[in-house]
Amino acid sequence: MPGRLSAIATAVVLVAMAVPAHAATIEITMENLEMSPKDASAKVGDTVEWINKDVFAHTATAGNGDFDVNLPAKKSGTFVLKKAGTVDYYCRYHPNMKATLKIEP
Amino acid sequence: MFVRWSAAIAAAILLSSPALLQGARAADKPTDPQIAHIAYTAGVIDINAAKQAQKKAKNKDVKAFAEDMLRDHEAVNKQALALVKKLNVTPEDNDTSKALSKQASDKLAELGKLDGAAFDKAYVANEVAYHKAVNGALETQLIPSANNAELKSLLQTGLKIFQAHQQHAEHVAAELK
Repeated sequence: MPGRLSAIATAVVLVAMAVPAHAATIEITMENLEMSPKDASAKVGDTVEWINKDVFAHTATAGNGDFDVNLPAKKSGTFVLKKAGTVDYYCRYHPNMKATLKIEP
Repeated sequence: MFVRWSAAIAAAILLSSPALLQGARAADKPTDPQIAHIAYTAGVIDINAAKQAQKKAKNKDVKAFAEDMLRDHEAVNKQALALVKKLNVTPEDNDTSKALSKQASDKLAELGKLDGAAFDKAYVANEVAYHKAVNGALETQLIPSANNAELKSLLQTGLKIFQAHQQHAEHVAAELK
C-alpha cells in the first residue's frame, strides 16, 4: 500500500512538471475607448485576454496581421501568442485605440 | 459648416427658451427629457446618414466608416432607450431636436443628388462637421445641463465615442484628398 501511494505521488509530480510553468494569461481591458495597459509584456505560449467593458464592439487587430480578435460589446476574447516580437495593434472600428504587446521568446 | 451648425444649435436653444421659462430652472438650460430627446435624435441622424452612405459610397474606407457609425450609434441609442425606460422618463421633443432633424433631412436630400467620389467626399466632410457640432453641443450645453447622474454619464460616453468618430472622419477625409 505505501508503495502504491508513493507511486501515485510520483506520477502526480511528473504530470505537474509536464505542464509548462510559465504559460500565463495577460488581461488587457478595453474601456472608454482605451486599452489598458497600453504596453503589455508576454511570452510565446501565453494567452492574451482582451476584456471589452464598453457598450461598443471593438477588435484587437495586429498591424503585422498576426491576429485579429473580434470583441463584441461587454465580451472578451483571447489569442495564444505564437511568435516573439513587438506587435502594435489597434481597433479596426476605432483606429485611435492603439496599444503594444512585447512578446519574448 | 461648423459655424453654421453651431449657430443652428445655438439659435434652436434660444428659440426653445420661452418654453423653458415656464419651468423653475434657468431659461437656457434644456431639461433631462429634452436632453435625452436631443441626444437620441442626434444618433438617429447619423444612423440615417450612414444608411444612405452604405447604399451610395464607392470608396472602401468610406463604406467601412459608415458601418462603424451605424454600429456605434445604434449601440449608444440602445443604451439611451434602456436608460429612459429605467428612469421612467419620456423624451420630450423640442426646438433643438426639430432644428437638428430639419438640417439633417436637407443634408440627406443634398447628398442624395451626388454620386461616386463626389458623394464620398461630401458625406465624410459632413460627418466631420456634424460630429464637431454635436460634440460642441454636448460639451457646452447638454452635459452641463443634465441633472441625472446616469444621463450625464451616458452623455459623457457619447462624447467620447463622438470625438473618436470625428477623428476617424478627419482621417478618412484626409485620405480621400
